[in-house]
Amino acid sequence: MSEQKTANFAQVGKSVQKIDGLALACGKDKFVEDYDMQNQLYLKVLRSPHAHARILSIDSSEAEAMEGVAAVLTHADLPRVPHTTAGQGYPEPSPYDSHTLDNKVRYVGDRVAAIAAETPELAREAAQKIKVEYEVLEPVLDPRKATDEGAPVIHDEDDCKVIIPIPYEPERNLASAVEFSFGDLEEEFAKSDIIVEDEYESHYAQHCPVEPHVCISYIDSRGRVVIRTSTQVPFHVRRIVAQRLELPEKKIRVIKPRIGGGFGAKQEVLVEDIVAAMAMKTGRPVKFLMTREEEFVSSRTRHPQIINVTIGADSDGTIRAINLDVLMNTGAYGGHALTVVCNSGSKVLPLYNTAKAVKFNGKVVYTNLPVGGAYRGYGATQTYFAVESALDEIAHRLDIDPVKLREINHIKNGETSPVFAALGEGKEGVEQTIESCGLPQCLEQGKEAFGWDTREERRSLSSGSKRRGFGICTLMQGSSIPEIDMAAASIKMNEDGSFNLLMGATDLGTGSDTVLSQIAAETLNVPTEDIIPYSSDTDLTPFDVGAYASSTTYLSGKAVDKCAGKVKQQILKVGAEMLEVELEDVSLGAKKVVDSSGNEVSYEEIATYSLYESNQHQIAAHDSSISHKSPPPFSAHFAEVEVDTETGKVELIQYVNATDCGTAIHPRLAEGQCEGATVNGLSFALTEEYQFSSRGKMLNASFDSYNIYKMPDMPELKCILVPTYEETGPYGAKSVSEIGINGPLPAIGNAIFDAVGIRIKEGPFKPDKLLAELEKTEAR
Amino acid sequence: MEIKLTINGDSKKFEVDPSTRLIDLLRSAGYQGVKKGCDEGHCGSCTVLLDGQPILSCIKFAAQADGAEITTIEGMGTVNDPHPLQQSFVDKGAVQCGFCIPGMILSSKSLLETHPDPTEDEIKRGLDGNYCRCTGYVKQIEAVQSAAQKMRGGI
Ligand code: FES
Ligand code: FES
Repeated sequence: MSEQKTANFAQVGKSVQKIDGLALACGKDKFVEDYDMQNQLYLKVLRSPHAHARILSIDSSEAEAMEGVAAVLTHADLPRVPHTTAGQGYPEPSPYDSHTLDNKVRYVGDRVAAIAAETPELAREAAQKIKVEYEVLEPVLDPRKATDEGAPVIHDEDDCKVIIPIPYEPERNLASAVEFSFGDLEEEFAKSDIIVEDEYESHYAQHCPVEPHVCISYIDSRGRVVIRTSTQVPFHVRRIVAQRLELPEKKIRVIKPRIGGGFGAKQEVLVEDIVAAMAMKTGRPVKFLMTREEEFVSSRTRHPQIINVTIGADSDGTIRAINLDVLMNTGAYGGHALTVVCNSGSKVLPLYNTAKAVKFNGKVVYTNLPVGGAYRGYGATQTYFAVESALDEIAHRLDIDPVKLREINHIKNGETSPVFAALGEGKEGVEQTIESCGLPQCLEQGKEAFGWDTREERRSLSSGSKRRGFGICTLMQGSSIPEIDMAAASIKMNEDGSFNLLMGATDLGTGSDTVLSQIAAETLNVPTEDIIPYSSDTDLTPFDVGAYASSTTYLSGKAVDKCAGKVKQQILKVGAEMLEVELEDVSLGAKKVVDSSGNEVSYEEIATYSLYESNQHQIAAHDSSISHKSPPPFSAHFAEVEVDTETGKVELIQYVNATDCGTAIHPRLAEGQCEGATVNGLSFALTEEYQFSSRGKMLNASFDSYNIYKMPDMPELKCILVPTYEETGPYGAKSVSEIGINGPLPAIGNAIFDAVGIRIKEGPFKPDKLLAELEKTEAR
Repeated sequence: MEIKLTINGDSKKFEVDPSTRLIDLLRSAGYQGVKKGCDEGHCGSCTVLLDGQPILSCIKFAAQADGAEITTIEGMGTVNDPHPLQQSFVDKGAVQCGFCIPGMILSSKSLLETHPDPTEDEIKRGLDGNYCRCTGYVKQIEAVQSAAQKMRGGI
């Protein structure tokens, strides 16, 4: 059915040339670091060596006296404005617990002071000359003990607060909490033939965009603060910087040029405030490029979670009840704390709506460790590990094919789940019925591509100390935050029949400038190259919340489609006037308007007529969209591994990801999202790990020792796009960018279990961990 | 001290400190396709060719390159006249954010000189030092294969 609906599309569904592709491949398109200004200063942040300490005094006189040092900023120089660094819609569902500079440090790497100097080297040198006297406090390093009576209080300042009614008890290190349930859990467990119960731990990880955070700010000739920055959320940056520096929004312009990946790390206002404050202080352009070490230590991370899962099921595999208890560590600050933990429930539990009773309990605690934030998958990644492993355990104990177990239990078209209405983002959620679930096809096509049914024959391919295993998992995510997120676009027509498309939407490397141009082109019946996109400049483009929550294609795409629809009406009207026929008599042809007798006027003629000749006006429109639902994409992942029982090494032999993202507007870019997310997930599952000292300092803050996947690490990877048609999305599209990262941890974990009968309940699956478990079983 | 470099075919003279790194010299001379992803010799985004060999310009002093021929991405092709590798990377969907791409294309160029028809394994090993966090590498492998074919005079 979806094929019929998409068959006549001329631009949508085609892998057109990515609009910025060649300029990027030629090294010509500019990133923030590529903008230099005359007289510019370089900023360096002095960071805390302690996990928890009060700043008693800062003596920066020696640094300030250095030749070439322009200024030093400490907490004494700035107004005290509690805020959140989370780039979310206003009012943010995150606690206001951060300050541009504070008199207390709460993790190793927290900001202490900022220095601006003529060269980066001088700024670094000056930072070392700043003398800071600390009162070192006992740190909280174990999330399980964070809310214990007598635990050191991390946010003991009297001005931290929440601005909407959400749970927040900083006096006992509770950053947030959420609870919801339906059905009679006890009764359903009592009726269950089988109950599995386990605790899983999902680990710290960093986004590692290859381009670090980077920002340049200057005061323009009229006294406005201009901020060019590598961000996913330009409009939130403007609002939050205005708040922190106590300026009206009109004084600030935020521009996002090309950016080198974000994955959520750049949904955080992490650098712009201090750079702008320094530009204001010195009156000179100021540039700040974070080091790779700072990216690991002082940017944001995936919130670690300790997840207790209990699932009860009938002997035929039908799930009766799910109890999920999540303890999440947000580190020193609580940005995204509530919303990430809400997503741990809302993006996971509805998938298995056969459950008659569900209880979800999320608790988020502060610790003196690196700060959690938005990261592709946003809470779902962590919890899927527990839930999909528990389901695998049920399939194993009941001796049911794990694929079949998913087929029995997953949500189907026409169905809903009480979770949708119960769990939102900082408030209740939004009810929705699933209308475009392609999970059955994902399972079918995934099985076929993977060779699921012939897996038993492949077991014997491994011999000696090696054992082969096969695992699967199924997933869903969402598309935008319903009734909260908003996107807008405007379009104007030019003489040659081309169009400028201005949008707030933020292309962070995903290709959304291209995808959104294709949508406009489809509606306006022109080739995509006739659309000239410009995005993410708060002075020039309409508002958009930014690139997060899997919203750009679905939500910003809808705004573009609606806006293009208005422009189309104006074109038809002028066309009818020129052809001297009624509006009902005309329709759009390829770059032209035609009437019922076959007369036509081209877009060029229409634009020239309306701009220069008669009844003159600019053909242009703007429009906005908000969504009333968040249609989930669905996905099935398959992993084949070989475990060496002598070394504990897991070799990934094959991985298949079959994903239903509705209509893929640009199939090749959509595949790229699936592949990129999956490989990031593989790397998370197998190699990425934060190591800490006993005092909370990260010990491996370098690409040297924090291992992200390189090309030779790649297994045979297949990503399959399964088309469905989501009626509420632009041309049937749903989201695709996040879901793929959730699969590898559970799918590989399940494959390891299948290979050696050991369930590793804590990522990543490194040889030492496996070996220890293998030895334990041998000893038994 | 003064050094001489031939950059993308143009010979140039520079006054440098012994501590000036090649990456900073190149970027400040306008070759901004040389990207700085880690600044510590791991990610490969600052890759340039030095006498045809891929090197990491963030861990090379400019003085060490005195007299050498340097190729940066700007020397490969232009938007109007791209090198087959540049075109293939775009056509195959291998460019997402594009930050890693200049380095990856330069490593590929050097690989194809010794391996005009590389196997998947050879590509993986040849591009081992070029990190990409966006794409999952699949399309980049395809892009190198397709460019290799074009360069060998296939289609
Ligand atoms: S910037 Fe040179 S290797 Fe990363
Ligand atoms: S395309 Fe973004 S890092 Fe490679």
